Amino acid sequence: MAAPAPVKVYGPPLSTAVARVLATLLEKNVQFQLLPVNMAKGEHKKPEYLKIQPFGQVPAFEDESITLFESRAISKYVCDKYANQGNKGLFGTNPLEKASIDQWLEAEGQNFHPPSSVLVFQLAFAPRMKIKQDENLIKLNEAKLAKVLDVYERRLGESRYLAGDEFTLADLSHLPNTQYLVNGTTVAELFTSRKNVERWWDEISSRESWKEVVEMQRSPPSRNE
Amino acid sequence: MVVKVYGPEYASTKRVILALVEMGIDYEVVKVDLFKGEHKTPEFLKLQPFGVVPVVQDGDYTLYESRAIIRYYAEKYKSELLGKTIEERGLVEQWLEIEAHNFHPLVYDLVVQVLFNPKLGIPTNLERVKEDDEKLARVLDVYEERLSQSKYLVGDSFTLADLSHIPFTQFLGSLGKEHLLRDRKHVSAWWDDISSRPSWKKVHELYPAPI
Repeated sequence: MAAPAPVKVYGPPLSTAVARVLATLLEKNVQFQLLPVNMAKGEHKKPEYLKIQPFGQVPAFEDESITLFESRAISKYVCDKYANQGNKGLFGTNPLEKASIDQWLEAEGQNFHPPSSVLVFQLAFAPRMKIKQDENLIKLNEAKLAKVLDVYERRLGESRYLAGDEFTLADLSHLPNTQYLVNGTTVAELFTSRKNVERWWDEISSRESWKEVVEMQRSPPSRNE
Repeated sequence: MVVKVYGPEYASTKRVILALVEMGIDYEVVKVDLFKGEHKTPEFLKLQPFGVVPVVQDGDYTLYESRAIIRYYAEKYKSELLGKTIEERGLVEQWLEIEAHNFHPLVYDLVVQVLFNPKLGIPTNLERVKEDDEKLARVLDVYEERLSQSKYLVGDSFTLADLSHIPFTQFLGSLGKEHLLRDRKHVSAWWDDISSRPSWKKVHELYPAPI
């Protein structure tokens, strides 16, 4: 039997941040083990987990040289460490390309993520968790996200992907939140009514790596002892 | 050609200027008056389409998002502010993300609620200030543990991870929230160390905050 992969990711694939890391590992053809963390049972707040992620959040990541958290940091580390395999251009091949990708990763983290993650929670998770939705919060964040997507619409009219003509980590970083919002929520139309954004979403979401993550979200691994 | 940095009076821009000064990179500043809406003019939006500062122009190259800018220059000049190995780099990135997602939103909200809103005639949301304070205390508990293990966030050298915290943490005194730092022995020592760097003293004095 083959030795288990040294790369370990902790957390449920339904988590948007975990999905971000999984997509990166798949794009880079890096073998990994996905270890479940039962958040419904508060496993992420227990001392054993806090040892590897002291803020009590998912994902956490381990390989033979390091333990890391924060999905965007993990994704960048994977791109640096495995530079010569899988999608080699995922994080650029020179400092200027890398900086442009970084710029759009920051735009995602600072401008897109805050309103979209509130909407993901309110529209996709709250109903499942039987938590009452906050209509005001939804309206506020829908308006914020619309403004951000206006900027994206213009940008994606200038280039095929956010940082240029190739798919990069910047585009990938948007996959997890958008997947929830475009599929069966009232804000799907924010994306589908913007021509360039819709084109971009269709392209990035039909990548093999993302389809595999979506599969993993539908049938997450269970802990086998 | 000298790097042009827009919006020097604002804390996010100071993150960039601080890094440039640390690395000895020449720059010039272009003021942007946010209170006059200079960040929403068509000319500015051509440079930074989200209408926020900072943005830099380096010859033909335009780059925005302060944390992307500081990484770019550190990488371009092969600075140890990014760590010395791929693993150290990974940890610098990790703590830059923690700063951006766990630390910054709370301090930023406090600055807006307590310092900016009153000047704009908007009442301070005391409930939110209390929540931010409590959440920030939990976050700083993790920092306290981390900084009891090493002098800086990533080992024993000052990196971009520490630097990124400086401009907004500087506000905590004016917010009456300095106790959050002082109540924690290692966080307090770390803050004293990083805020007394000559580079920060210079940046802080050259470009006073508008409030």
